[in-house]
Amino acid sequence: MSVQATSLSDLPPSVAPIDQFESDFLAHRKSMRLNWAIGSLVFFVLFMLTAWIGDFFKVTQVTTIDGAREWRWIISAGLPRLGEFVVQTVPTLTWENLGADLANWFWRWPIWMQLLLETILIAFMATVLGVIGGFVLSFPAARNLTPNKYVLWVCRRYLEIARTVPELVWALIFVFCFSVGPMAGVLAIALHATGALGKLYSEVNENIDMRPLEGVKAAGGSWFDQIRYGAVPQVMPNIISYTLLRFEINVRASSIIGYVGAGGLGQEFRTAMSFQEYTDLSALFVIIFFTVVIIDYLSEKLRHRIIGMGERT
Amino acid sequence: MAALNISGLSKHFGTTKAVDSATLEIEAGQFVGVIGRSGAGKSTLLRLINRLIDPTEGSVSFDGVDITKLKGKALRQWRRDCAMIFQQFNLVDRLDVITNVLIGRVAEHSILSSTAMRFSDAERAMAAKALDRLDMVPFALQRAGTLSGGQQQRVAIARALVQNPRIMLADEPIASLDPGNATRVMEALRTINEEDKLTVLVNLHTLDTAREYCGRIIAMRQGQVMFDGPAHELTDAVVRDIYGADGLEDFNEAVTSTSVKGQEPVAA
Repeated sequence: MSVQATSLSDLPPSVAPIDQFESDFLAHRKSMRLNWAIGSLVFFVLFMLTAWIGDFFKVTQVTTIDGAREWRWIISAGLPRLGEFVVQTVPTLTWENLGADLANWFWRWPIWMQLLLETILIAFMATVLGVIGGFVLSFPAARNLTPNKYVLWVCRRYLEIARTVPELVWALIFVFCFSVGPMAGVLAIALHATGALGKLYSEVNENIDMRPLEGVKAAGGSWFDQIRYGAVPQVMPNIISYTLLRFEINVRASSIIGYVGAGGLGQEFRTAMSFQEYTDLSALFVIIFFTVVIIDYLSEKLRHRIIGMGERT
Repeated sequence: MAALNISGLSKHFGTTKAVDSATLEIEAGQFVGVIGRSGAGKSTLLRLINRLIDPTEGSVSFDGVDITKLKGKALRQWRRDCAMIFQQFNLVDRLDVITNVLIGRVAEHSILSSTAMRFSDAERAMAAKALDRLDMVPFALQRAGTLSGGQQQRVAIARALVQNPRIMLADEPIASLDPGNATRVMEALRTINEEDKLTVLVNLHTLDTAREYCGRIIAMRQGQVMFDGPAHELTDAVVRDIYGADGLEDFNEAVTSTSVKGQEPVAA
């Protein structure tokens, strides 16, 4: 240190360090601002281009109240139609006759309740299968844990394919294979969940502390022992948390896949649409909405409890 | 015949030679300290012996068996025979202490019993006995992550003991411990060396600890063995050479000292 200090003071004091810092700082800030300006401009142009391709600037003809045809921007032309749709789905509810009106609104409730149960069971079974598949594959699919790069490649590609194809498309395929019914739905959601969970789990795995695994290895543990003792205890709280989150997502997914005949409430959407029973749509929406809210609430409580448990000790 | 024979052992990482043709003979039952500055290759040497990493060239043999050629089950059994403890303890924080100790038994278990974390009563008794030697039985059911550094290191030693090892390696076991705990851990290693007649090979940063505990000291510099002999032959000049302390006016061993003065070492 002392050697360096003397050599520095020997130099002619050309620029004071603080002045040097000031000019460096100004230059640094100027280039930062320029980068931000360029970045913002590129982003804005891209966004507008996307909007243009997406027909957001389209102008369309509408019929006014007095029967004349007029040109209007598509958003202002279309928004009133949203209102029309909503009005059609709103049931007639009167205060004097509320019970009968509600009964009329939810007139198919015995079937709907049965289908709701089916929906939740599909989500449950699909989550169980998805967790098993995702958990098993998440270890060979993690860069730090994989036994070799070929296994890594195969596992990652499998998980990618499984999650890239949406549940609805898997459902279409499985309905073709196993005919209409909840089994196709279970398989469709399970496969998609395997891909999604496998990815999330493997990212959790990639963030673990490797030292415990080294400890197990040094004691003569095999690859499997290192995973079982070193990795699994570390990732467990995250796995449980992601699993509960996935169950919530799967309930939403299983309430729509019935649309293509894969079981659950979804099939009622199709029926209601084709029979133009628009108030049924709102009834179904209410049922699904409250189911999802309740499941979200319960699983969040459980999740926080599990995370809290991990932090306490 | 020496128990551990290291001949021409080298490990290259790219162009750096972490260990550069090291040749050593270590007799059974010796307590050997390996010293040297950071990056001198001490850790790499121990990892090569335990086969956590594979050598670039050279060989290590133990009781006549060339361990550099072992594969699969035989390799895992060698790692079990050659217990290792680490600077950062390498315990599984979220598992309780007794399970952490029982990890020392995994080499004997099949995938099925490993999955269920099933251990026999005899193994549990063995683990409890090992913990008792280190005064850690009261913590057996506590999570390892809740213990202090010194306690964790003693759990790691217990894990090493239930491996029924034939040699014990310690990679800077006291580098992140306070002086009191460092003494306890070193005393524990000494007890194991004396009572179990185990060969102990320990990497150390602190010279006075090395002098205090190790009958034989090996000093490394840039991957090469620079000094190998009894502690009293490790003169100031040799130390300067090893640590490259030429630029420093005043090289003081007490700076890195972990000894607790005026107090008897705590018996382990």
